Amino acid sequence: MSTTDAPSPPDWRPVLAPAVHLRHDRVRDTDLLVLPERVVVLRGNAGTVLRLCDGRREVSDIVVELMRRYPDAPVADEVPEFLGRMRGEGWLR
Amino acid sequence: MTLPAARTATATGAVTSAPTVTSAPTATSARTVPVASTTDPQPAPPPRPWALLAELTHGCPLHCPYCSNPLELTRRAAELTTTQWADALHQAADLGVVSAHLSGGEPLLRSDLEAIVAAADRAGIHTQLVTSGVGLSRARLDRLADAGLRSVQLSVQHADPGANDRIAGRRSFADKERAAAVVREAGLPLGLNVVLHRHNLDALDDLIDLAPAWGADRIELANTQFYGWALRNRAELLPSREQLTRARRTVTRRRAELIGRIELVWVVPDYFDGNAKPCMGGWGAISLTITPDGTTLPCPAAASIPGLDPPNVRDHRLAWIWDHSNAFTRYRGTDWMRDPCRSCALRERDFGGCRCQAYALTGDATATDPACRLSPDHTLVDDLVDAPAPPEGARGGLGHPRRPSRSAETAPEGAA
Repeated sequence: MSTTDAPSPPDWRPVLAPAVHLRHDRVRDTDLLVLPERVVVLRGNAGTVLRLCDGRREVSDIVVELMRRYPDAPVADEVPEFLGRMRGEGWLR
Repeated sequence: MTLPAARTATATGAVTSAPTVTSAPTATSARTVPVASTTDPQPAPPPRPWALLAELTHGCPLHCPYCSNPLELTRRAAELTTTQWADALHQAADLGVVSAHLSGGEPLLRSDLEAIVAAADRAGIHTQLVTSGVGLSRARLDRLADAGLRSVQLSVQHADPGANDRIAGRRSFADKERAAAVVREAGLPLGLNVVLHRHNLDALDDLIDLAPAWGADRIELANTQFYGWALRNRAELLPSREQLTRARRTVTRRRAELIGRIELVWVVPDYFDGNAKPCMGGWGAISLTITPDGTTLPCPAAASIPGLDPPNVRDHRLAWIWDHSNAFTRYRGTDWMRDPCRSCALRERDFGGCRCQAYALTGDATATDPACRLSPDHTLVDDLVDAPAPPEGARGGLGHPRRPSRSAETAPEGAA
C-alpha cells in the first residue's frame, strides 16, 4: 500500500484505494478494511465516515453530512484530520 | 441517532491498524493480520481467527528446494472436493475468518478454483491467489476475478531468468512475467514474493527492481523458514552472515527509495537474528491452515509435531477444531511454556517462537525456540549458521528439488 506524507489537496474527493474493501464483520460486529495481507479494525463511527467517501463528495460535503447526522459531535474538528490520516496510510485516495 | 461528542471522539479518532505479524513458513503463506490482543487468563473462548491458509493442492509445476510443503505430499486423489472446500470456507467465515490465501502447491492446478473462489466470496471472505504464475492466462484470471478474486501474489525465484528456472526446477520466468502483466491488466493488486537463500540473496537489488518493472504494489522478501523441503535442504539454503548483512543494507536503502510507491516486506531470517519470531501471531490465535486433504492445523508445518492428532474438516466442524481440538489448544496462550519463556517479558509478544522449529531442532515442541538467544539450545542454531556450505555437487548446490514420491501425483505436471 502506498503511503504518503503529502497534504490533502483542497478539492479532494476521497475514495477508498482500489485494493481496499470496507465491510462489516458480522462475527465481531465491527467494520473492517480488508486489503491484501492486512485487516484494519475500524472503531466507533470510522466505518460510517468511510462509507461517505464515494469519490464524489468533497471533504466539506462529508463534514456537512456528518454534522447533519451527529449535530452534537465535533465532526468539523475530527473528520478532516481522520481522512487525512487514512490518506497517509494509502487507504484513501 | 445522535452520538455524544465523547463517543464520536473515539469514533473517528481510534482507527487501529493493529500491530501486524508476518509469519512466513514459505513464500506462499506469509500473512499479515492484526494481533488480537487478549490477555484473558482463563476459559474465555479463544479469539476468533482472522485468516485462513487454504492449501488447495500439493500438485505444483515447480520443484523449489525451499518449499514448506511436507516431504510426504498429498495425492491429487486425496484432495478435498469442491463441495468440501465450499463448506469449509462457509464454516471459516462463520468462525470469523475474513481473509484467505488460496495456495498450494499451485492452486491453478485445481480446475474448480473458480468455484472455490466464488464460495469464499459468497461467504464474505477476501481471497488472494498465491501462485507460481504458470498457467495464469488472461482468460483464467478474468474468470477468477469474476468469481470474486481480490488479489494475486506471484512467486519469483530469481531476477535472472536462467537462475530463476534452475531454482524452480522448470522453465517458468517468462510465465511469471506474463502472469504479472495479466494481473495488472485486470486491475487486481499484485504482490511479488521471493523466498531468499544463499542462491539468490546476492541478487536482491535486481529482485526488488522486478516490483516496479512488473507493476507490483508490494514485494515480500521472505528469508527461508526451515520447514518441510526447506528443512531437508537447509545446509544448501542457509546464507552466510555476510550475505545477510549486505541484504539488510540493500533493503533499508531500497525501502527509503520506494516509500509511498511499493511496500517492501522483509521476513526476518530467525536463525541469524537471535530473536524468536512471533510465529503465526501465536498458536491458534489468528490463523488456521487447511491442507489439501482437509487436515486442519494452526500452521502449515504443524503436522510435523508428533501426537497432535490433527483433526480433519471431513470429520469435525471447524468451530470445534478451533475451540477444542488438541491440535489447536495444546500450545495456545502461555500455560504450556517452560522457562526461560514462562518468566520472560516477551512471552506475549513472541509466544516462545515457533513450536515446529523447537521440535525440529530439539525434539521437544515445548522448548523455547532455539532461534532465541535466551534458549539453552541457541548454540544449535549458531552451529548451523556457521557451518561451511556443502560442496555444490550435481544440483548446483540447491539440494533436493521438491518432488512427489512415486505414488503421490496422479495428474501430469503443469496440467491446469
